[in-house]
Amino acid sequence: MTNQDQANPQGSSLWKDARARMAKNRFAMGGLWIIILMFSLCFIFAWFCTDPNQVNLINKFASPSLDHWFGTDALGRDLFARILYGGQVSILVGLIATAVSVAIGIVYGAVSGFAGGRTDAIMMRVVDTLLAIPFLVLVIVLQATLSDWSGDATRWIVENFKWDKEFTGRLTNVIPLFFALGLLGWLTLSRIVRAQVMSIKEREFVEAAVALGYGKARILFRHIIPNVLGPTVVYSTLTVPGFIMYEAILSFLGLGVESPNSSWGVLIKEGSNFLETEVQLLLLPGLFFSLTLFSLNFLGDGLRDALDVKAAKD
Amino acid sequence: MLRFLIGRVLQGFLVLFALYTITFFLAKAMPGEPFTSEKNISAETKANIRKLYGLDKPIWEQYIVYPKNIITEGSFGISTSKGRPVIDIIAQSFPNSLMLGLCALGFAIGIGVPIGILSAVRKNSWIDWSCMAVAMIGICIPSFTIGPLLQIYVAAHIPGLKVAGWGNWEDILLPAFTLGLVSAAYLARLTRGGILEVLSQDFVRTAHAKGVSPTQVILKHTLRGGLLPAVAYLGPAFAALISGSFIVETIFQVPGMGQHFVNAATTRDEFLLLGLSLFFGLLIVVMNLLADLLTGLLDPRMRQSGGTD
Repeated sequence: MTNQDQANPQGSSLWKDARARMAKNRFAMGGLWIIILMFSLCFIFAWFCTDPNQVNLINKFASPSLDHWFGTDALGRDLFARILYGGQVSILVGLIATAVSVAIGIVYGAVSGFAGGRTDAIMMRVVDTLLAIPFLVLVIVLQATLSDWSGDATRWIVENFKWDKEFTGRLTNVIPLFFALGLLGWLTLSRIVRAQVMSIKEREFVEAAVALGYGKARILFRHIIPNVLGPTVVYSTLTVPGFIMYEAILSFLGLGVESPNSSWGVLIKEGSNFLETEVQLLLLPGLFFSLTLFSLNFLGDGLRDALDVKAAKD
Repeated sequence: MLRFLIGRVLQGFLVLFALYTITFFLAKAMPGEPFTSEKNISAETKANIRKLYGLDKPIWEQYIVYPKNIITEGSFGISTSKGRPVIDIIAQSFPNSLMLGLCALGFAIGIGVPIGILSAVRKNSWIDWSCMAVAMIGICIPSFTIGPLLQIYVAAHIPGLKVAGWGNWEDILLPAFTLGLVSAAYLARLTRGGILEVLSQDFVRTAHAKGVSPTQVILKHTLRGGLLPAVAYLGPAFAALISGSFIVETIFQVPGMGQHFVNAATTRDEFLLLGLSLFFGLLIVVMNLLADLLTGLLDPRMRQSGGTD
């Protein structure tokens, strides 16, 4: 990667500089490789594993063996498969909640920064107010409200689209969680986007667009937002581990993912019930969980430093 | 300063009102009945119970009555699942949560700030690397993994420490440590960053040039400015400790507010939910305000610009 950069006689762009800086950051690169490994384990390798919900009461609490790499849990289910499938839910919660919050945060922050003046002041005071509300409190209430609709949603989809009932149930069970987190997580992001938009809207190419007589919406969505998209998305990698953590907290409290779905939070909760005798049931999911968060944080820090995205301070 | 204070207090009320509005309508939107445990009761009885709690009135009236009762009577309503005034439940469980939160904050400051200072002073040495790695681990390992591990490997082996329970003073140590660890890690990172920024400034170089000893430079010239980010974080940290306490209270069976909150959400107990949310919100607003005031005391620049924002 670096060789290519040096061989290139043309000047270097923002992204090329960032890539070179990134490649030098050993922590961030290590994080990146671990993330890639986790992804391939959870989303590709998991398909070749045994069924994570296969109960086998004769073979419960089995030690690690060739059949069951991490042994089995209290119901004789394969722990390795359960960790990988649980990882799918945990990682998806992190990614989808981030996507939802990025979508809201970009539009809100961009409109606020672009409009300026009184509109901007009011929109930012709204964000300040929402930021002061305890996040977990709202997530718990919103999740409780949304999850009661998920049963109705399951019935409706099964009746109208003839989808498989179990599959639909698993899907509708986790969707409220994605939205509860995403709908409330966009606040900090919107401030970052706003700061970026405010600096970009003074640039010449925006002036040129204004001079060409383009409408405000077109300038905002076609000229300004594409330019803040990169740094924003990069910054949002730092929110992924936060959402994964919130999912685990909710699941641990019994308010998040429900069986037959599992997530890392659910597995850690289950594991802590058999602490005295089977500590690996707690340790192994905890290890996967922490390693993923660790890597995501280092990767996010590295990307942020490489692109030099400054946190918005109003 | 006074203008700043009044502005922040007004904003605090606005925050609480927004929190109330959102929680109220979400609680109303939660399907299900609050009185499901009382089975086989006639529709008439049920209607009477609803009337008793004022749930039969139009929704807009209920929306106004609740804050009115708080202001005029100091009443947060009566819990529909416990049948007791919400204020009693809060008064009984809050001291436990507060003790836990304060001790955790003590652990967080006592561990986090010295580690942050140490790794800033020894920047890019192995001490710095290992301190920051440990801090990152502290952020990434959830309390519900550390808590049970402490129970089995520490509490079970040290006489006097109980695995779970509440009553003696030493029962608070493990839960507070578990709870404070994440904040300690954040504080360490913030302290390190804050001090490094101050160390790079001209007046620090001047102090070195004047022959001030390195220890004095840190203690007298750097610490005050360098701790600002950490102090500003104390408000959010307290919020994190409170929301984190849901978990830790469950693990160590501390009779605090966390369980009531989770129960309120699962049993559709809207008055308890509203009362606890508002109480949490009030605590966090007050803590944020205190953190801001403390920042103002430490940093004269903030005092002038703080009022207008």
